[in-house]
Amino acid sequence: MNETKPVTAAPAPVPTKTPAARPAAGPEQAGRQRAAELLQRQGVLAVLLTVVIAASFIYPTFASLDNARGVTIQASFLAVVALGMTMVIITGGIDLSVGSVFALGGVLAAWASQYGFLAALLLPLVVCGGIGLLNGLLIARGNMAPFIVTLATLLGARGLLLALTDEGATTYLVPKDSAFGELGQGSVWGFGYPIIIALVLFGAGGLVLQRTSFGQTLFAVGGSSDAATLMGLPVARTKILVYTLSGLLAGLAGALNAARLSSGVTIVGVGMELDAISAVVIGGTLLVGGAGSISGTLWGVLLLAVIQNLINQIGSLNSSYQSVVSGGFLIVVVVAQRYLARSRRST
Amino acid sequence: MTQTAVAPPAKSDKPSKSASPLARLRAPAWYQRYGVYVAVAVVLLFNALFTEHFMTADNFRTQLVQVAPIVIVALGMALVIGTEGVDLSVGSTMALAAAFLPLYLGYGLVPALVVSLLAGAVVGAVNGALVSLVGLQPIVATLALFVGGRGLALVMADGQLKQIVNPDLLSLGTGSFLGIPLVVWIAGVLAVAVAFLVQRTTFGRQVVAVGGNRSAAALAGLPVKRVLIGVYVICGVLAGLAGILATARLTASDPSSLGTLMELSAITAVVVGGTPLNGGSVRVLGTVAGALLMQLLRATLVKHDLPDSTAQIAQAAIIIAAVYVARERRSR
Repeated sequence: MNETKPVTAAPAPVPTKTPAARPAAGPEQAGRQRAAELLQRQGVLAVLLTVVIAASFIYPTFASLDNARGVTIQASFLAVVALGMTMVIITGGIDLSVGSVFALGGVLAAWASQYGFLAALLLPLVVCGGIGLLNGLLIARGNMAPFIVTLATLLGARGLLLALTDEGATTYLVPKDSAFGELGQGSVWGFGYPIIIALVLFGAGGLVLQRTSFGQTLFAVGGSSDAATLMGLPVARTKILVYTLSGLLAGLAGALNAARLSSGVTIVGVGMELDAISAVVIGGTLLVGGAGSISGTLWGVLLLAVIQNLINQIGSLNSSYQSVVSGGFLIVVVVAQRYLARSRRST
Repeated sequence: MTQTAVAPPAKSDKPSKSASPLARLRAPAWYQRYGVYVAVAVVLLFNALFTEHFMTADNFRTQLVQVAPIVIVALGMALVIGTEGVDLSVGSTMALAAAFLPLYLGYGLVPALVVSLLAGAVVGAVNGALVSLVGLQPIVATLALFVGGRGLALVMADGQLKQIVNPDLLSLGTGSFLGIPLVVWIAGVLAVAVAFLVQRTTFGRQVVAVGGNRSAAALAGLPVKRVLIGVYVICGVLAGLAGILATARLTASDPSSLGTLMELSAITAVVVGGTPLNGGSVRVLGTVAGALLMQLLRATLVKHDLPDSTAQIAQAAIIIAAVYVARERRSR
């Protein structure tokens, strides 16, 4: 459990970051090592491209622009949630509350949308960010296990959501033609705003992770919390910040989803935390923390969305196959990663 | 930034003087072991004083029947958590085991039960193999079957709810013996069996040893891999059994909703019952009490006309509070 993890922010060309402690190897071995490393980092992208290209040949409807719009809009909400989850997991934590927070954010946004655009966006951000902050405080200052803390806030946030909606009986609607509704339904060249927002957030997230000291601190904290403390890094503050970010992003995704659906649907988000974790893990981020990439998560989310879309395309296949295939993918990817990591270490 | 670089690491055994008051708040040592029983007693006392029709045999029967499947799943979960693992797939395993029932009831009750339990065992074996042989983290290993298991159950049942008409099976869910429902008997017997397993058998000691320090256990020559596979198989079989019993009580096999969120209920019961998430100890009786506590709390709030939402928020607060004051001195 204590193998050293390369503190490497994935795909960016930062050759100086390759683990220095690696034993010297012959050129042939070094080549294999590099291939394994590349596979581990960008394997998902390769799988995604393979699936997309194969599917475009087999199902002509898959390759259409319309379908691409559909797939990406579906994926955009999970993507925003998974972005926060990636950061949390890089610090070696986990956030199980995001599904509930996502749903809560949607309901809050839909309710507040009657008071205008700003209220509809700010209320979910404040409340969901607050839940994330609570998670962070309990984990970083209270020294509690992230798993338990966020499990409790999963329950708590859903309770809050039920309380707000008269036990799920009331559905708040987003007023028609409001600016907030436009945020979910408007589009640029047919690509909805949520897609654009998700892409911008991923770009910003990638920059933060690789170019800022905060990003480097994330990897350091995930690599070894004790070592990071000894180095004088603000470990507690960093953890509090990532959980707050995770809550904020889940709330934002929920608000966007509500804008998209024109209502605060109470039953969304159940199990979303596990979808997000799946996407993060498939994207090559290690659950033990200390290593991972934002772009991998994006490919992971898209891969899950493409699988779902393909199963819909194959009309004869029962939709329940989707989770079977997703589960299978998850196993294959993590087992492959495990063996790649192992071969890398042993060479 | 003139912060000194020699600050003690956050994981030190004793809270340092500079620790915030929040971090220093901690219950006395006895609480960690007995707190959950005290809490159950407090809830019962509250109800005896302030809730009408609570301290009745009928009510207790209802509460026990409802908590029985959670207890059965939580027993397996306690063993898994004892090895510093976690099993997220138990809810899906319940659904999968239940999906096999209507398919094989035509061959008789016993074959159907055997196949269903076997399904649980296979899920457990896969989880165990991924954890021990491949070396995956338990969360990831069991996440795959959490996602895929329910899909598999739905595929097998054609996505449909299937009525169960076998009277023998239904009597498992609704029957009683000496005035106590069968499911409660089963949960009780299993709790005793698992307690015996943990405290009196070699396997039980190995579970605790593997959870306490895996490399030390391996160096001591313990069959670490076999122990890990063993606990996940037991957990899978128990989840399968819970799925069968729940199906018998509902008189229908419902692969889409059976066992949803069960992993969370089970983990909560185990943790509230005093088993630390970082392994090395298994509190079987505490787990039963933990499950009972959450059930009684919910019932209490409902009987006082508080809506389900409040019950959930209260539950969340109690989990945090219970775990907070009972934190291990060496956290994580």
